[in-house]
Amino acid sequence: MPDYKTKLSTAEIEANFAEIDPKMTEAEALFEANRCLYCYDAPCTHACPTHIDVPSFIKKIASENLRGSARVIFDANPIGASCARVCPVEVLCEGACVENTLVEKPIQIARLQRYATDHAVEGDIDLFQIPESNGKTVGIIGSGPAGLSCATYLARLGYKVTVYEKRELAGGLDTYGMAEYKMSQKDSLDEVEMIGRMGVEFRLNTSVSPTKGHEEPRREKKLSNAGERNASLSVPSTQHTVVDQIAFSDLCDAHDAVFVAVGLGKTNDLGIPGEDNEGVFESLEFIGEVKKRAWHDVPLGRTIVVIGAGNTAVDVVTQSKRLGAEKVIMVYRRTRAEMSAFDYEYELAKSDAVEFIWQASPLEIVGNGRVEALRCKKNDGSLEVFEIRCDMIVKAIGQEKMTDFFGAVEIETDQKGRVVVDASMRTSLENVFAGGDCVNGGAEAVDASQAGKRAAAGIHKSLFGENVEFTGQGSSTKCP
Amino acid sequence: MADLTTNFAGITSPNPFWLASAPPTNMGSMVERAFDAGWGGAVWKTLGEPIVNVSSRLAAIDHGSNRMIGLNNIELITDRSLEVNLKEIAECKKKYPGHTVIISLMVESKREAWHEIVKKSQDTGADGFELNFGCPHGMSERGMGAAMGQVPEYTCMVTEWVKEVSDLPVIVKLTPNVTDIVPPARAAVRGGADALSLINTINSIIGVDIDTMIPFPNVNGMAAHGGYCGPAVKPIALNMVSELGRDGEVDVPISGIGGISNWKDAVEFLLLGANNVQVCTAVMHYGYRIIEDMLDGLNNYLDDKGFESVHDIIGKSVGRVTDWGNLDLNYDVVARVNNENCVKCNLCYIACEDGAHQCFSFDEQGYPVVDEPECVGCNLCALVCPAPGAISMVRIDEGGEKRTWKDMTSKS
Repeated sequence: MPDYKTKLSTAEIEANFAEIDPKMTEAEALFEANRCLYCYDAPCTHACPTHIDVPSFIKKIASENLRGSARVIFDANPIGASCARVCPVEVLCEGACVENTLVEKPIQIARLQRYATDHAVEGDIDLFQIPESNGKTVGIIGSGPAGLSCATYLARLGYKVTVYEKRELAGGLDTYGMAEYKMSQKDSLDEVEMIGRMGVEFRLNTSVSPTKGHEEPRREKKLSNAGERNASLSVPSTQHTVVDQIAFSDLCDAHDAVFVAVGLGKTNDLGIPGEDNEGVFESLEFIGEVKKRAWHDVPLGRTIVVIGAGNTAVDVVTQSKRLGAEKVIMVYRRTRAEMSAFDYEYELAKSDAVEFIWQASPLEIVGNGRVEALRCKKNDGSLEVFEIRCDMIVKAIGQEKMTDFFGAVEIETDQKGRVVVDASMRTSLENVFAGGDCVNGGAEAVDASQAGKRAAAGIHKSLFGENVEFTGQGSSTKCP
Repeated sequence: MADLTTNFAGITSPNPFWLASAPPTNMGSMVERAFDAGWGGAVWKTLGEPIVNVSSRLAAIDHGSNRMIGLNNIELITDRSLEVNLKEIAECKKKYPGHTVIISLMVESKREAWHEIVKKSQDTGADGFELNFGCPHGMSERGMGAAMGQVPEYTCMVTEWVKEVSDLPVIVKLTPNVTDIVPPARAAVRGGADALSLINTINSIIGVDIDTMIPFPNVNGMAAHGGYCGPAVKPIALNMVSELGRDGEVDVPISGIGGISNWKDAVEFLLLGANNVQVCTAVMHYGYRIIEDMLDGLNNYLDDKGFESVHDIIGKSVGRVTDWGNLDLNYDVVARVNNENCVKCNLCYIACEDGAHQCFSFDEQGYPVVDEPECVGCNLCALVCPAPGAISMVRIDEGGEKRTWKDMTSKS
């Protein structure tokens, strides 16, 4: 840990981490909902990867049918409350809104979606009837967006679903990886709890090993049963927890089908000298620390260099600044134009007074056991070598694929390490399906949600031979 | 600057905007503030035997984010004594001799009662009387208001009683709660009315509280039908005004009332034959101050159109209203989409598909396309289109000989 301590008080940091898009008041929601044109075969619905019927849920807000509105949303996207907070709507639904063209002021779809979903989540309203068991069980590895979505649709078809999660809280990146000013852990866990009430069982602290013989003796078991308000779902534990291990083959034997939604692995290494110095962090590790909201315990440097220029890198720089780092510098090997973060994320970083160094490749982390500087080379043709004095470095250059795991369980991957699936999300193994980041290589939560939906339909087809079409599963086109 | 002064049945006013008889004209201090704001005249809240009102009295219908597109009330005539009202009318007229004050009257259906109130009221300096034959709620249960206006014989008779003793011009205010507005209007004219005003409010139940299941406005768990007014009633009022404008026997000035909220609404009433207008709901919503834009907008309109006086536009559209049977069947318009303005909301498509004649399809870029031979020129797509200029209704007939249904049926 760097020696630096933030000069900001808890109250100041809390203010910095206040929700960037707070909940609408009733007056705001009604006004905005009434502004919606109720387009037919609407571009917003097309733009949503899960094809939520946006005009429908908005008009239900206008008619004060909030339960119906929430049902429309969750019917097409089981993590609709999370997506309302973290979706890059500027490039999805709101970017497609015709009010963009008309008055350059799109309907605030995300905030309306949150307004409706909060109604259901806060009111503990169960929106879907869960049928009698159909006799089949499905195991899901990973409780992130893909896993939660698949679990929901399967539960709605009567499957007994068990979700295996290696961490102590369910929700995956929704719980551990979202910038705190966009969505708190509680918001994610509330949504998980709603899914739990559908009869989905979450086995937390349970990792799936590729081969047998890795199991450690079980000493403690954390298990959340359906319908219970299990403490482990809602309260982050501060104790060190013991992880159960279960072999992939045992899991396949125990279930009629398996959905693999393991996401990606750890943040990529830079492959340069000095990465083992104290003060070098992975982006998700840092973001995970912020999520605990123990503000003064988060590792923080006086000067923090963040390597990478994706959306995760922006989450790191903005949150570092908001915690009270004096100087935060984003270092990227290419130009601003090639930055992969969305424009509005870049604007957010700029407004948080983050500095940018473009076209600079890290050569070495300089330090004597502790980070002292990052040595870089300019890529602008000058080949100039320079050092940035800093006491903390965060790597945000993407995550590794879990190729070792897939290799060991003999699930086929492509050259980029992504799991190969067919149209029904089936992998090369019989009755093993996959979706989310491990298949698409890393995308939005909403994309993972759609993958989970399609996998649920694929699993049902595989086990019962029945075609089922969930809401928004295919193309949303209605116009001829 | 056009001349906005009006002469209505011999009554001159600085402009054609009067406040209708209603809460905004309840007392002297209010009317005086209205005159200060710019209103040309005021029809005093109806005088009669003082009544007792209920609480609550008003309820409204909203549309989307627009509040009060229609207002419903169960308030009765003035609850102040006749003496107080007459004293304030006299004071007001003394202070504002150039402004118009009309006294609205409603008493029981007895000749003596009408004679008495007319005689008591007419030496206040007021400019005229308006006979309230229109209130559809409360007073009508006592044989007054709409109960008089709905029976042409009563309308004629009571008008005659008033005219027997009145030294002032008499305006008869008509109720729209009739199947045909012409017979009561003619009856009033037969009775000697110097002018007509319309419409009074429309019978209505504005809504029901779906939680308590009690209709609005709630009076201790019960409701009664009220009188409906506000922007939503304007088309009904325009039709009734134009029917009287077209009627040969109704040869007296008309004061147009019903949902007038701005100068454009007023112009429409004037064009369809009203000689001035009365406003209430918009003032109850926003206050007397709305008169500023009404005057300014009307002035600019008249200047832009090259009219020197507001009188010049009165009735200009009356001749443009006819019976359906006289409409030209050869006139042919179709919808055309202008892609550069289209936002692809597809509302034209679904409206035509489910509400009209299924003439829309889409091109490769997703723009709506009209199948012109199938298009009947109904306007629906253009009406639902939110993007200015995206849909034009274009005339495609050759402009040849006119053909009407009346022609066709008379020839065969």
